[in-house]
Amino acid sequence: MPKHTFQLNGETVTVDVEDDVRILWVLRDVLGVTGPKYGCGINVCKACTSHINGKAFNPCAVPVSAVREDDEITTIEGLADTVDGDGLHPMQEAWLEHDVAQCGYCQPGQIMAAVALVNKVRAEGRAITEDDLDGIRNVCRCGTYNRIRDAVRTGAAAMG
Amino acid sequence: MGKTPGREPAATPSAPSTAPKGPTAAAGPTTGVGRRSFVGYVVGGTSLMVAADLTVGATPAGAVPIPSLPQVAEVYDLNDFLTHCALPTSNKIGITIDESGDAHFALPRMEVGQGITTAVAMLIADELDLPLERVHVTLAPARQELLFNQLTGGSNTIISMYTPVRVAAAVARKALLDAAAIQLGALVDTLVTKAGVILAPGGASVAYGDVAADAASASTKRVKVTLKAAGERTLVGTPQRRIDALDAVTGRKKFAMDLDVPDALPTMVCRAPDLNGTARSVRNQAEVEAMPGVTHVAIIPTGVAVRARTFGQCIDAVRALDVEWRSGTVPGKDADAVLEELRKAQLPLVVPKLGATSVEAEFVFHFRSGSALEPNCAVADVRDGTATVWGGLKSPIDAQSKVAKAIGLPQSKVTVHVVEGGGSFGRKLISDAAIEAAHASKAFGAPVKLMWHRADEPRQGRVHPMATSRIRATVLAGSVISFEQRHTSVPTDFTHGLGERLTAEVAALPTGLANLGFAETIFLLTQELPYSFGVITQLLNEPGLAADRFNTSSVRNIYSPDVATANELMVDQLAARLKKDPVAFRRSHLKSKVVRRVLDRAAELGEWGKAMPAGTAQGIAVHKEYKGATAVLVEIDCRPETVNRKVRDGVTGPRVTRATVVVDAGVVINPRGVEAQMMGGFSDGLAQALTYSNHLVDGHFLEASWDNSAYTRQWNVPLEFRCEVLESDSREPGGVGEAGVASSMAAVACAYARATGTLPTEFPINFRDPLHFEPKSFVPPVPASPVDGLDHTY
Repeated sequence: MPKHTFQLNGETVTVDVEDDVRILWVLRDVLGVTGPKYGCGINVCKACTSHINGKAFNPCAVPVSAVREDDEITTIEGLADTVDGDGLHPMQEAWLEHDVAQCGYCQPGQIMAAVALVNKVRAEGRAITEDDLDGIRNVCRCGTYNRIRDAVRTGAAAMG
Repeated sequence: MGKTPGREPAATPSAPSTAPKGPTAAAGPTTGVGRRSFVGYVVGGTSLMVAADLTVGATPAGAVPIPSLPQVAEVYDLNDFLTHCALPTSNKIGITIDESGDAHFALPRMEVGQGITTAVAMLIADELDLPLERVHVTLAPARQELLFNQLTGGSNTIISMYTPVRVAAAVARKALLDAAAIQLGALVDTLVTKAGVILAPGGASVAYGDVAADAASASTKRVKVTLKAAGERTLVGTPQRRIDALDAVTGRKKFAMDLDVPDALPTMVCRAPDLNGTARSVRNQAEVEAMPGVTHVAIIPTGVAVRARTFGQCIDAVRALDVEWRSGTVPGKDADAVLEELRKAQLPLVVPKLGATSVEAEFVFHFRSGSALEPNCAVADVRDGTATVWGGLKSPIDAQSKVAKAIGLPQSKVTVHVVEGGGSFGRKLISDAAIEAAHASKAFGAPVKLMWHRADEPRQGRVHPMATSRIRATVLAGSVISFEQRHTSVPTDFTHGLGERLTAEVAALPTGLANLGFAETIFLLTQELPYSFGVITQLLNEPGLAADRFNTSSVRNIYSPDVATANELMVDQLAARLKKDPVAFRRSHLKSKVVRRVLDRAAELGEWGKAMPAGTAQGIAVHKEYKGATAVLVEIDCRPETVNRKVRDGVTGPRVTRATVVVDAGVVINPRGVEAQMMGGFSDGLAQALTYSNHLVDGHFLEASWDNSAYTRQWNVPLEFRCEVLESDSREPGGVGEAGVASSMAAVACAYARATGTLPTEFPINFRDPLHFEPKSFVPPVPASPVDGLDHTY
């Protein structure tokens, strides 16, 4: 079986798995990293949203053979370590402040998407708009959408 | 396998079997010891464990007056029935206090996001004077002896648990105080408890943990306790964060598929192209078994199960399977054929149609998926004459019984662990995945982690039944003198453990209910038109066609969203006929003060009557259920530039721009949780009114994933959402998990009607629009996962 090496939450990992297995299953079924959730497997529900080299991506739609040794994948489990200090990421704190989660199943993906959105908007040198929030594609079947919008704004402010 | 992996070990024994089966009456309010005095137990043992009857505090059914004129649900509703059904089981719930003084409680209910673990922890923390973070609530495994009383539904958890958990906590506090009095050499009456510490007048103190062992009793004793008055509580009624919030935002919260059960490999099912089709044979079994990662392939009753190292390899194998299928349960049928069946089965209206004095309409409500975001899933290990199942199960005793039957084991050989669920919306009342997982594990002789592919959820999963609602009202001399509603529905599957209790309890039900079928009973117990409209009749009929043709369940709020939408649209029609303002008309006809209060407050907060541009409008609706009431006021924008806005692969249409929800939910444990449930209920109601449905065409549903099923997304939600939880005059809690759905759906429908000047009669309103998607293939039944994910990073 082919070996694949990449960076996961700050550590180098190597897995023995077929080339075409999508990263979501490498994370969940091979490595036991269960923060990213399955919700559709076709990159539409966004429950598995994680980061690759700091940008949001959906590991259900990327074969493991597509990642290189120096690619850095960050899942919700590693998000807090991307910022200084021992605490949570400001976006996770915002999620707590607004008590966003209900069942919680989509929330790892929502938070990872929110962080990437804030970074993207900031790189464009502007503030988050209603249109940006409308553009978040992550499904929340509990319907926590308005609290998500509030938390993204709070998190964006705290990300400085 | 005796423990639940990935969870903290349950500190509370699942069943306090040593607790005496005291007579129910001794624990209830009939003891004559005052409204807040109850009897509980210190359970014999070496550590402090206390118990209370699960039925303590429930209103005895005999005390309910049986009216002639008011509707049944007005005086005896589904929650009374659920509570009444629980009375004879007379079983116990227990709290243990560990060596560090923390409290542990295994809740015989299921947390699926509705916030009951948080609310129950708050009740215990308040009564026990313990910080909230030191109360640990887990979910109890299936406890067969609880019979009916381990079912999570009807928004009944807090209504039914409110008194028992407080009694148990109060017994624990008393036992700790008694032990502390001896240790401190003080009179017990002089001691006070605060944040897990017992303080004596001279300044001496002991922590709960220091006296917990001494507080244990060698034998079980009955203890009388007085519960705290509302004013003595510090947590109940204050907004609290969910107790699992930190786990949710860090990815640590474990759902069934996150459990690490040894050797339980990913398993998926290849399903038939027809709804409920079954597999006759597999033509390429050896070939699929030789695919990378695949370990097993076998036919099970619902299709062909595949076990592999990863779910990705299961998907590949499911797609590769060449299966000979038998036809399904509705071969060739489409939605219009079902509509025809429903129309034929409509019960007749009684009041004759009287020309201009009659106001009449028929509303159609299409199938919609009840699926949560977490797909159907369960872990099962069936080997050596025993079975262990882990899953998000709201009827775990029923699951245990059905798993046992499915694999031919005695029920006592089946262990069912309840895992927190990723949403339910009624879906997890039915244990499909647990039964499938047991079948597959038995067939393979190996443990399985079985999960449905998303494509299977809308296509083969549980749906809200399609229904019609026909209403005729009569207006005479400026008054509404009759209001008749005939609701006709594809049968709802209630075979999750409620039915047996009903049979047992049917003789005790109020007059007129005993001869009805179960569905009609649920309908009567939940539906109440809150208006004075003269002669009111609301009847349900479910055509006597095979009930299992469609896979239905009690989708969140069961009949109410459809019934309320039909009613409230009709109320607006009546107001218009009588040239009255919709709010003023409602106010003058509402029978209930509680409903009037929420209506008035919503009208005030939402600025009812403000000027709105053409093509936009307000809409308002009320609903009374779950021992409370809600009112929802929305503003909708139906102007072309809004309706036709484009979102890639998304459904837009009219947009609700502002929503105001006002709820009277009785005594509120956690207002923040209530607001969350109203927000979620609103998202449901919005989707069901405008965008969310299943299209039945040629014997199967077309929708196959979230890009097809247009559930509410960010681009649909109101830009402004406000919820106000009223201080209630009630002294008991109401149910909140479903309470927001009906009035939200109805308000959106009413606003749409007012903005467009047309009465919508089919829901969702976009049902007849051209499909917004290209249906995915039925063979293979699941789509391949894309490989271009790195082209879409941001």
